[in-house]
Amino acid sequence: MRRVLVGIKRVVDPNVRVKVKSDGSGVSLDGVKMSINPFDEIALEEALRIKERGHADEIVVATIGEADCQQQLRAALAMGADRAILVQTTKSMEPLTGARVLLELVRKEQPLAVMLGKQAIDDDNGQTGQMLAGLWGRPQATFASKIVLTESAATVTREVDAGLETIEVDLPAVFTADLRLNEPRYVKLPDIMKAKKKPLDTIAITELGIELSDRVRLVRTEPPPARKKGVMVKSAAELVAALRQRGLL
Amino acid sequence: MSSILIVGEHENGKLNGSIAKCVTCAQSIRDAKITIVVLAADGAEVCAQAAAIAGVANVVRVDHPSNAHALAAVQAPQIAALASPYTHVFGPSTTFGKDLMPRIAALLDAPQLSDIMAAESATRFRRPTYAGNAIVTVEVTGSTKIVATVRLASFEAAPAGGSAPIEMASVTTKIPAHTRFVSLTGARGNRPDLQSAAKVVAGGRALASAENFKIIAGLADRIGAALAASRAAVDAGYAPNELQVGQTGKVIAPALYIAIGISGAIQHLTGIKDAGTIVAINKDPEAPIFELADFGLLGDLFDVVPEIEALLRPDQ
Repeated sequence: MRRVLVGIKRVVDPNVRVKVKSDGSGVSLDGVKMSINPFDEIALEEALRIKERGHADEIVVATIGEADCQQQLRAALAMGADRAILVQTTKSMEPLTGARVLLELVRKEQPLAVMLGKQAIDDDNGQTGQMLAGLWGRPQATFASKIVLTESAATVTREVDAGLETIEVDLPAVFTADLRLNEPRYVKLPDIMKAKKKPLDTIAITELGIELSDRVRLVRTEPPPARKKGVMVKSAAELVAALRQRGLL
Repeated sequence: MSSILIVGEHENGKLNGSIAKCVTCAQSIRDAKITIVVLAADGAEVCAQAAAIAGVANVVRVDHPSNAHALAAVQAPQIAALASPYTHVFGPSTTFGKDLMPRIAALLDAPQLSDIMAAESATRFRRPTYAGNAIVTVEVTGSTKIVATVRLASFEAAPAGGSAPIEMASVTTKIPAHTRFVSLTGARGNRPDLQSAAKVVAGGRALASAENFKIIAGLADRIGAALAASRAAVDAGYAPNELQVGQTGKVIAPALYIAIGISGAIQHLTGIKDAGTIVAINKDPEAPIFELADFGLLGDLFDVVPEIEALLRPDQ
């Protein structure tokens, strides 16, 4: 079975403007809309297209977190994933622990590719895919904007600071999706109904024998410093004069 | 005492400007001894540049034909093998560092802190989350090593004036062949580098075409600025990906940032919050960019930008 494993994360919806709690303990998540991390949705879409092009037989989507994450797994099944795995825990974890969990799933599922988003929009860490590839000893193709698979390798275009880099990686490999890799499909109502019947397995994180290390402790959360209120200028001439006065032009 | 290894990004025989900023970040940790490691096919030139940064104690040069191109899977095991004497391994929060550093952290079984913006101690750091809308302070405990990427907009470049010794180190690890460089495309021409430019002119969706983006480029060239774009402009194909500024693009801190036809989504604003002076030109009075701007000009960019350029001609 040629399998692609897709890792997704439940995050605060990108359209929500988060507020820092006044006691500094974190951001307020009460009643806030939650979604699949947008980059992970792109990773899933790419996996689905890989299957549709005949390069894979099964798409397995996995996440780590509380029981609520089933909502996002169901949404992923509705998009077209074949089955889902929830590795259940109530604890938040550092990315390296998340990578270890994914490595256990990789050992079970033996995928030809693991697809993830390049970063989660809550913690903005951007580490899990690279860490998984490092632990697994396999190639990583991060920030991918184009993936072309063959039987045993992939040619990947990556969005890098200098422009576009192309690399070739042997399979199996880890891929992380950038924004322009694809545009995820809209889910239709019949697909949501069908998704309810697809298998969703729950594994307790302790069953995987993963030790939950807690080496990065949150001390406090603060809002960013505000910038000084600016002024509106009335014309191009006024703007140029103001910038010249600041010595900027 | 902290002993900090900085991974020296470079291209075409030049040390990346981000490395001097990583040095400044490392120097903010008390009594830090700072080492820069350079992996290259022939690192002579780059090592000389690294050794000339003030505050650097020594430079480690690792030459190997496999290091001709910076591939994380190739470089991470080499750096992990060298890392045992160090308490911290830092890299720049560029696509190079973002790709490489987590792989090093995994091999070292060390936690990584991404985009550190301040070091309060050797184990306590500040970093942005939620697209810069929540700044967290975190304390690392129970690890002998800390891996981090350094947020470049938060640090000035360390000055030149050093003369650190350069030591050769040989590769002792097996270098994987499963990842191969094919090509790199991208051209910024003669314009300044976006991540280190003092002035940046950026265009958004309102430009409406790649052809119109030249209007912005004209102004950028007139004032010696780098070019940038919002995600919307890049997605629409008006500008190449390397110009994108924001949560998922580059985070910059120029002295002057001119946002033209950019409405100012939170994800974009997080990339420019540290700019010295922000100018917004937009015809929508409700555009969120005006909340952040030091100078706002309400108007049609197709009228305003040529006016500004005319005012800046040398004969004016």
